[in-house]
Amino acid sequence: MIDFNLIPLLPEIFLALVAMGLLIVGVGRGNEATNTVAWFSVFALAIAMIVMLGLNWDEHVVLSGMFKFDRFIGFTKLLILVGSIGALSLSVRFIKQMDMGRFEYPILVLMATIGMLLMVSANNMLALYMGLELQSLSLYVLAAFRRNSIKSAEAGIKYFVLGALSSGMLLFGISLIYGFTGSIDFTLIADTLGNLDFMPFGVIFGLVFVLAGMAFKISAAPFHMWTPDVYQGAPTSVTALFAMVPKVAAIALLIRLLYEPFGSLEEQWQQIIYFVSLLSMVVGAFAAIAQDNIKRLMAYSSIGHMGYALIGVVVASEAGISAVMLYMLIYLLMTAGVFAILMSMQRNQVSLEKISDLSGLSQNSPVLAYSMAVLMLSMAGIPPMAGFFGKLFIFQAAVEAKFYILAVLGVLASVVSAYYYLRIIKVMFFDAAVDPYDAHIPFARRVVLLISVIFVLAFILKPTLIVASAQGAAAVLFTG
Amino acid sequence: MELLVVFPPLIAFLLAFLFGKSLGDKGAQLVTCSGVIIAAISSIVLFFDVAMGGHGYTTLLAPWVTSGDFSVNWALKVDQLSVVMMCVITIVSSCVHVYSVGYMSHDDAKARFMSYLSLFTFAMLMLVTADNLLQLFFGWEGVGLASYLLIGFWNQKHSANAAAIKAFVVNRVGDFGLALGLFATFALFGSIEFTTIFEEAPEMADSVLSFFGHEFHALTLIGLLLFIGAMGKSAQLGLHTWLPDAMEGPTPVSALIHAATMVTAGVFLVARFSPLYEYAPTALIVVTVVGACTAFVAATIGLTQFDIKRVIAYSTMSQLGYMFFALGVSAYGAAMFHLMTHAFFKALLFLGAGSVIHAMSDEQDMRKMGGIYNKIPITYALMWIGSLALAGMPFFAGYYSKDIILEAAFADHSWWGEFAFWMGIAAALMTAFYSWRLLFMTFHGKPRASKKVMSHIHESPPVMLGPLFVLATGAVLAGFVFYEAFVGHHAMWHEAIKVLEANDTITAAHHVPFWVKKLPIGIGLIGIALAYLFYISKPKLPEATVKRVKPLHTLLFNKWFFDELYDAAFVKSSFKLGKLFWCTDKQVVDRFGPDGAAGTSNKIAALLSRFQSGYVFQYALVMMIAVIGLISWFVFKTGQGF
Repeated sequence: MIDFNLIPLLPEIFLALVAMGLLIVGVGRGNEATNTVAWFSVFALAIAMIVMLGLNWDEHVVLSGMFKFDRFIGFTKLLILVGSIGALSLSVRFIKQMDMGRFEYPILVLMATIGMLLMVSANNMLALYMGLELQSLSLYVLAAFRRNSIKSAEAGIKYFVLGALSSGMLLFGISLIYGFTGSIDFTLIADTLGNLDFMPFGVIFGLVFVLAGMAFKISAAPFHMWTPDVYQGAPTSVTALFAMVPKVAAIALLIRLLYEPFGSLEEQWQQIIYFVSLLSMVVGAFAAIAQDNIKRLMAYSSIGHMGYALIGVVVASEAGISAVMLYMLIYLLMTAGVFAILMSMQRNQVSLEKISDLSGLSQNSPVLAYSMAVLMLSMAGIPPMAGFFGKLFIFQAAVEAKFYILAVLGVLASVVSAYYYLRIIKVMFFDAAVDPYDAHIPFARRVVLLISVIFVLAFILKPTLIVASAQGAAAVLFTG
Repeated sequence: MELLVVFPPLIAFLLAFLFGKSLGDKGAQLVTCSGVIIAAISSIVLFFDVAMGGHGYTTLLAPWVTSGDFSVNWALKVDQLSVVMMCVITIVSSCVHVYSVGYMSHDDAKARFMSYLSLFTFAMLMLVTADNLLQLFFGWEGVGLASYLLIGFWNQKHSANAAAIKAFVVNRVGDFGLALGLFATFALFGSIEFTTIFEEAPEMADSVLSFFGHEFHALTLIGLLLFIGAMGKSAQLGLHTWLPDAMEGPTPVSALIHAATMVTAGVFLVARFSPLYEYAPTALIVVTVVGACTAFVAATIGLTQFDIKRVIAYSTMSQLGYMFFALGVSAYGAAMFHLMTHAFFKALLFLGAGSVIHAMSDEQDMRKMGGIYNKIPITYALMWIGSLALAGMPFFAGYYSKDIILEAAFADHSWWGEFAFWMGIAAALMTAFYSWRLLFMTFHGKPRASKKVMSHIHESPPVMLGPLFVLATGAVLAGFVFYEAFVGHHAMWHEAIKVLEANDTITAAHHVPFWVKKLPIGIGLIGIALAYLFYISKPKLPEATVKRVKPLHTLLFNKWFFDELYDAAFVKSSFKLGKLFWCTDKQVVDRFGPDGAAGTSNKIAALLSRFQSGYVFQYALVMMIAVIGLISWFVFKTGQGF
């Protein structure tokens, strides 16, 4: 059957063309073009988003089963595009201020985005690997982008070495799966595994390796060790990107792997994810207490958040998956706001990263302090902020599926983690004020912060709209 | 109209409290004063409407609590009883508000002070206009709160804070009784609406309630529990220790709250529940005896005190005793009458005392006063009027109200009525004595204050004297004018107060022997003469007398050792118990609970940080161990080889 329908891949194709075109422009005009290239990339991402909204969102499998498009994938891709637009807008002025305004930066972000879009669309292990590597390689370079800084270079190297190791594990797992099922196509793997009366141990072996590779990408414990070092070392704008976008892509891909090819291995992968989720929550809650660098703290915070999100994956119900997607959406928008504030922590053009640098912020710049307070309360999951609803739906799903222990431990972990979120508020509002920050905050950063804070505060007013679309996305995985 | 009485003080409170800073001192004073003055004018209009015109009515504001059979509304009950209270509250409150503008002119927190006064006024109005026990309780607690805030208004003074806490805690004992009474009422009647309770009270005259495992006569039990609440708020013997200490608050507060209005809430409560008390004769006997003892004991203590405000405070307590034994002999109208006249002359005395204190540069000890009558003649004259009214000299307000109380007690022809009558006569003698002792010590004799203080003495400004004149008018005229309306043959009360035919002591009081009618005046004159003898003609006499009756004087001077007794019996043991719990909490609960958990969290955090060494090979090792661990888990679990 010859099937050459490229329509569902239009956004990716469009972005790839734009990226190559911009590369040529950059080569021609050098670093003067950085601003133009950056804004044009944002623009292109926005167009890609509009194009995608115009597509037919029913299930399509194209290119001989290589790629797939459906509601779940579409929803994820929207999140990825929104996150990339946000992260890139935050970066434009920042890379200039940090003296790394080279035109490759926006193009690398664009490449990474294409990689992520492709990997969540993958319906074949090969396509999965190609997409994953495209985004990973772009991100390795971005982590080391501030190459005259030792920390940034170190972050890039660490990320690269460990990333390579995880890719190796992933590939090893895929090869084992291929060995036992004779296929790399998701649909065929699912069929083969579904018809076995007895699960060969090699398949489980392969599953463990594949999941280890995926867990590395979402920085879930115990595959999280790279996260704090890389988050701290990478330029803040890159950290923002890391914290927001690849996690959404990786968790969506993880969900697809678990439900499509490995659907019949539910009993086994539930145990793995259970363990990973629990450990992530514990590490995220406790390790962050000892941190004094706020980027490092955000790293542990993101590990913890992935732990909560994975609860929704473990429960293996429609409610669980829709809760995960909602959680990722809320997490993405909250994180965008937090990083917009972190980027504004500058004195005399020098970025500040210590928690103590926030001291007395409420007196110097009350708007930043109150926004940060709102976002921190949301991160801690305190009503009526959006973060509370994210956690609420997750725990609700867990309780419905009778995962009581996981739900209780999750709530306890979020109590512990509330400590370090509240500590930031305490430092901002009750500690003595020090010198004010640089007053100028670029327009794009303000817009991102405003959207983030408004979303967090206003979510309670009309949650049904967003909840319904997350539910629609999750439903796809359960109708097949 | 009743809305115009109750809500302006609330609005004034909110404005002055929330926006005090932006309104400024002048603005806050203006807002609060106009709030209560509007209320005062409206309540006078309402008085003529309801009390003189005819029957009362109830205005429903909003439903409050509805739960099963239990439902309560916010409502304003306007009848003769509440309208009298409204007038007293708002008129005295207006005087005190205006007076405070002058008295507190050197204070830093004028807006806060004025707002608290307005809050008190509002809460007191809610109390008296309640048509159910819960709203009454709301107002009851509201005035308690305002009283607490105002006693401790000068919170930089340790003694003021201690007095505020004492007032709150002692009142809590009474409030507990009131709350139990409320519960008992609901248990018996299934409702806490006044109308229902009063209608059904006659049918319940023989029912019983089980309390602490014993069966009690239901109405007596309720009556006694409510009376415990009244004792707390109205400083009756046993629960009175907070009132003298409450004088730590600014003097206008003492005049408004601790003389004229809040302390009479207990009297109002019993009068309001007259339809219930009439069927609980045992409870009435208790009320009579407690009231009579209070009148006597407080008067004896008043003889020996030197703080000008404390003397008046004990006099207040003594007068409240009069009101209670009037209630006890079913002379509710007489009690309300005395409540009203007392409010005028006692507020006058307090504000007058405030004027003296103001003139003497905040000196309150009468031993350091004297010889100032010609320097502040207006205050002096006004204090005379107040004292004449208090001592019950003819044609002043107190003469009418105190006499009818004593006559009613006599006319009850029972052992408790007789007891109350003689206690009251004794107290009247002492009242006259200590009132003139106060006048003579404060204004006459040789000046005992320092030169500096004496040179500063000045008459108070018009803003302080004006309210005094208003109150003085009341102290002179209120008795004569309202005698018929309150205790005459055709009193105005109608349904507001219920008296059984057999208990109608007020009617009987008009027919007592001649000597009973004239005895109080004679006794009062003797008291004044004695005071003159002791403090003007023979100034050495008091010291000699004190030496003669040393033990008795010690007992009285130390206020019958109530404070010491309570301190030993309750306060010390409570502190010990508190310390024990505190230690347990600190050493056991905190150590293994919150502190322990926090400590453990820090340890886990440190442990996890140690894993984060920064070496890539260690990170890789952790990943490999994790993968191998997961695989081993499955191998172990399935027990299956390759």
